[in-house]
Amino acid sequence: MPKILLPTPLRPYAGGAASVSVAGGTVADALQSLVERHRALRKHLYDDQGRLRSFVNVYKNDEDVRYLQKDATPVSDLDALSIIPSIAGGAGGASAAPPSTAEEVALSNEEIRRYSRHLIMPEVGMEGQKKLKGARVLAVGTGGLGSPLTLYLAAAGIGTIGLVDFDVVDDSNLQRQILFGVGDVGRPKLAAAAERLRGINPHVRIVPYEERLTSANALEIIRDFDVVADGTDNFPTRYLVNDACVLAGKPNVYASIFRFEGQASVFWAEKGPCYRCLYPEPPPPGLVPSCAEGGVLGILPGLLGVVQATETIKLVLNSGDPLIGRLLLVDALSMRFRELKLHKNPDCVLCGPHPTVTKLVDYEAFCGIEPEAAVAADGVPEISVEELKAMRDRREPYVLVDVREPHEIEISAFPESVKIPLATLPENVNRLSTADEIVVHCKTGVRSAKAVRFLREAGFRKVRNLAGGINRWAEQVDPTMPRY
Amino acid sequence: MAGRIAAAIRQHGVEAYPEECCGALLGVVENATPRVTRLERMKNARVEERRRRYVIDPLEYARLEKRADAEGLSMLGFYHSHPDHPAVPSDYDREHGFPFFHYVLVAVRAGVPGEIASYVLSEDRGAFDREELLVEDLQE
Repeated sequence: MPKILLPTPLRPYAGGAASVSVAGGTVADALQSLVERHRALRKHLYDDQGRLRSFVNVYKNDEDVRYLQKDATPVSDLDALSIIPSIAGGAGGASAAPPSTAEEVALSNEEIRRYSRHLIMPEVGMEGQKKLKGARVLAVGTGGLGSPLTLYLAAAGIGTIGLVDFDVVDDSNLQRQILFGVGDVGRPKLAAAAERLRGINPHVRIVPYEERLTSANALEIIRDFDVVADGTDNFPTRYLVNDACVLAGKPNVYASIFRFEGQASVFWAEKGPCYRCLYPEPPPPGLVPSCAEGGVLGILPGLLGVVQATETIKLVLNSGDPLIGRLLLVDALSMRFRELKLHKNPDCVLCGPHPTVTKLVDYEAFCGIEPEAAVAADGVPEISVEELKAMRDRREPYVLVDVREPHEIEISAFPESVKIPLATLPENVNRLSTADEIVVHCKTGVRSAKAVRFLREAGFRKVRNLAGGINRWAEQVDPTMPRY
Repeated sequence: MAGRIAAAIRQHGVEAYPEECCGALLGVVENATPRVTRLERMKNARVEERRRRYVIDPLEYARLEKRADAEGLSMLGFYHSHPDHPAVPSDYDREHGFPFFHYVLVAVRAGVPGEIASYVLSEDRGAFDREELLVEDLQE
């Protein structure tokens, strides 16, 4: 009788035996005789449809029976059959699809009609459109830049678009974030964005990541995409996206905006400089205001986001001259586009020949930003808007100091406040008395915390910061006051 | 399982990075408790996608098992690395697992070895259960 050798994991289902003698004939007969003798083996050898499991191999002597006559392979008394597991596995990455090549992507008749203006261009054509469909692009941020970027990528037929955002749509977003409408205010950005993008093109697969991009998840998320487009508005995330792209070998289509000016480039360490070659160190915290602090012209991210979409599509099509090694500077007021040549920094700590940054780091710390909790615990005494209201209602004496800029005071202000912009506080300290109960406020509480710290160092003891600023007052105490 | 085994698994993961490494865990079972005494590095036989997949050539498996049987050792399981991915079994791992084996995973992030953890597939093939005891041993 022929013998079947069992692998270690199946031996417990055969009473611990390493081999079992079975009836001869064909492979099918031998296996049938095996599972009749040891019924518990069936589940591990066959799936629910009765097919041999894909990771169960049957070898006759040294040959896989799949390459002989499969089930019908004859088995004699002298043959040894072996059941050998295929040991396989892997990290998976089930979120975005496995890499697809243009050959295995097909366009339906409906898609062909949709993309006809692309298809009649020889530079795109069927081949290019299939490349777009096979492409996987990750948009980090669905705000001002991410809106036009993803709208055009979806319209153009990029097959898989990953979105990273954890924010909720706010009224103040609508001036530039054209993915969202009035009805979306209060909704998670990702839900609203996915709905809008699917509405534009149902052939696009949207992969949402409703989380903050961090050193812990960035490489894992980015690995499943071909191109990353950075639409973030803060330095820690910008360095994080850059570093993760360099470590993962992905191109980073970058843009940033402030007030009337913007810049864009393609950072791809394999072919040119990275963001760290251009800016090895972040600016000191507070020096460069964010859009939330300094404002931004609403159409500017439209301009730059479309540059990002264009560069992304060029990278996917592998055509034209990408913005690699060039920094495009846009000034909307003068409507001038300038270009700076960028060179790879041979001493770059990340993409240079002798890197010292070989993994993702703590980018908040790198950018000198203290975690919020640490700032609060930093000895700045606070007063809540409710407490301030109670003090007001009881007509207790206090001095309210507004450290915002004059154009902000035009939007909203407390009538009784003393207006001293933060930058002019040192020369105006003599307008305040250490004897008074002082409450300092700004828009959200960040600048006023600095003011409180300054005043305490100047000898003021009875000074507190209005937590959440005038915006929180408008939100929680006085709904007639505008929030901005 | 001794600390040097865990160290050797981490080392293999680092050497193979950014690809996945794989290997076998050999040892003995005493009082129903598996004890790994030897590590056998094996070749990741995948032609492509070695950064997120591994497969062991069945004939290499068969040769090793035969040798282990001859030496009185058991095939206790396998280890592999997850480059830039946590040490958590993927669906793909589950689909390809066997209930008997112990599966040790090591996370390697940007070339640096991280968490190491051991799992066994439940009898109904439905879930991978983390083995806390074995993990503690691993981190000696």
